Amino acid sequence: MAMTMTQKILAKHAGLEEVKAGQLIEANIDLALANDITGPVAIREMEKAGFEKVFDKDKIALVMDHFAPNKDIKSAEQCLECREFAKRHNITHFYDVGEMGIEHALLPEKGLTASGELIIGADSHTCTYGALGAFSTGVGSTDLAAGMATGKAWFKVPSAIKFVLTGKKAPYISGKDIILYIIGKIGVDGALYRSMEFVGDGVAELSMDDRFSICNMAIEAGAKNGIFPVDSKTMMYMKGRVNREITVYEADEDAEYDEVYEINLSELKPTVACPHLPENTKFVDELDKIEINQAVIGSCTNGRIEDMRIAAEILKGKHVAKGVRTIIIPATQEVYMQCILEGLMQIFIEAGAIVSTPTCGPCLGGHMGILAHGERSISTTNRNFIGRMGHITSEVYLSSPAVAAASAVMGYICSPADVK
Amino acid sequence: MIAKGRVFKYGDNVDTDVIIPARYLNIADPKELATHAMEDIDDTFVSRVQDGDIIVATKNFGCGSSREHAPLVIKENNVSCVIASSFARIFYRNAINIGLPILECEEAANDIMEGDIVSVDFDTGIIHNETKNKEYKAVAFPPFIQSIIKAGGLLKSLKEREG
Repeated sequence: MAMTMTQKILAKHAGLEEVKAGQLIEANIDLALANDITGPVAIREMEKAGFEKVFDKDKIALVMDHFAPNKDIKSAEQCLECREFAKRHNITHFYDVGEMGIEHALLPEKGLTASGELIIGADSHTCTYGALGAFSTGVGSTDLAAGMATGKAWFKVPSAIKFVLTGKKAPYISGKDIILYIIGKIGVDGALYRSMEFVGDGVAELSMDDRFSICNMAIEAGAKNGIFPVDSKTMMYMKGRVNREITVYEADEDAEYDEVYEINLSELKPTVACPHLPENTKFVDELDKIEINQAVIGSCTNGRIEDMRIAAEILKGKHVAKGVRTIIIPATQEVYMQCILEGLMQIFIEAGAIVSTPTCGPCLGGHMGILAHGERSISTTNRNFIGRMGHITSEVYLSSPAVAAASAVMGYICSPADVK
Repeated sequence: MIAKGRVFKYGDNVDTDVIIPARYLNIADPKELATHAMEDIDDTFVSRVQDGDIIVATKNFGCGSSREHAPLVIKENNVSCVIASSFARIFYRNAINIGLPILECEEAANDIMEGDIVSVDFDTGIIHNETKNKEYKAVAFPPFIQSIIKAGGLLKSLKEREG
């Protein structure tokens, strides 16, 4: 029976010749990820249930990124709990302040995720690694505890929606605009329980950073995972990072899809998601003049080097508008260092922005840029739910780094072409 | 097993950030965490909720983050069951894994209103709206998921298998 790319990876990891949509399977996992928010819950659950050992000390990643560097005593205690667990079990991939980055930028960079692998993470944006042609999905702490203890997880095999990308994108259009446009089209539950498989000639147009952004937000359409085919760009990205055998899977030509959408990249314009759902999308040129108090450029969606470069290109020689607090967060130490080497840091600081060490901080209203009542932020993060970045009357507009940088300069939400 | 309680009714896309805002995710004690349940969508929830009460919502309940704290704070408030037209997938897994009963039933989710008294028979999936004197039938769980629920959660079911 014909299978989608996702189904092939699941079948292989379940030791089955084939699987079909709706089937319940138990699969072996290649990596289990947790952070400083979900890790402590998983650790406590695992120990409470009487599991004394982890399945493989090399296949667990613990990343202290959400409330780290610790924002308060309680957060420090949570990191301490993870740190002690990592020490007790001799966990190879424990990333603390100094080595850590935002998990979904960090793991691919460190070569811990690769094409054809099956990754679960106690963080909803674990779906990011689909950009590499892996099956990766977010789970809760109890699933993660089971994964750390047994090396297995249960899944209901998903059906899929196919997105055929065609055409060439215009300058300043990024993966973020593409995924926001798609979520606007299908809604926040448009892909519920299903895979989003991205194919077509347009894929070659997209950089790896574009693909990471797109898969990162598959969860924002309710999807179980997002996935891209593996091409020369994928192989180039993994070269020097992944030092183990890589298996490449392709969807069968006659695989069944619930729905097929064609997305012509040449028709896309800079896109934002208005409060309070990622599906409330508009092209920037459809918006009234919406003034902002803050601009955040970073996160697991958009804290990679290309995001930093495009922000710097727009901010170079400009200054952010008075009253717009502009917070730039390179997602990892590697990205941070690259920003220094390329002179981007100087551009950011001269433009009146601040640059933070890697953290998820403001994205989930943790720290490093919380909004007061009635305040408004443009942000390259992934969610604009009520109270997501601070007070329940504050507002978050989601956008690409190019739109966020342009808006910071002008003081209102605008397209890069509007920067004077 | 039968649950019975008064209904708290919410709409579409109730996200995990309103069920338990991230600003409280540094709290380790479930009891303390539970005092902030539903705070950003209904700041009277915690003061009004009684043991056995039921949450009813329409589509995509629990969308957003993977935080298990979300089903946990609902369970800690002794809510007996969540009924929705559909659940976000990670919330769905988490609820089953920690033993918070959930039921998918579009008709019930649309028909039941705030304050209705509802009873649920988990063995049959029959939802009875005592206020309106109407009955609805929820989607049955596959046997594998039923076995997790019966064991009292995922880790207990794995331990049983290991045992």
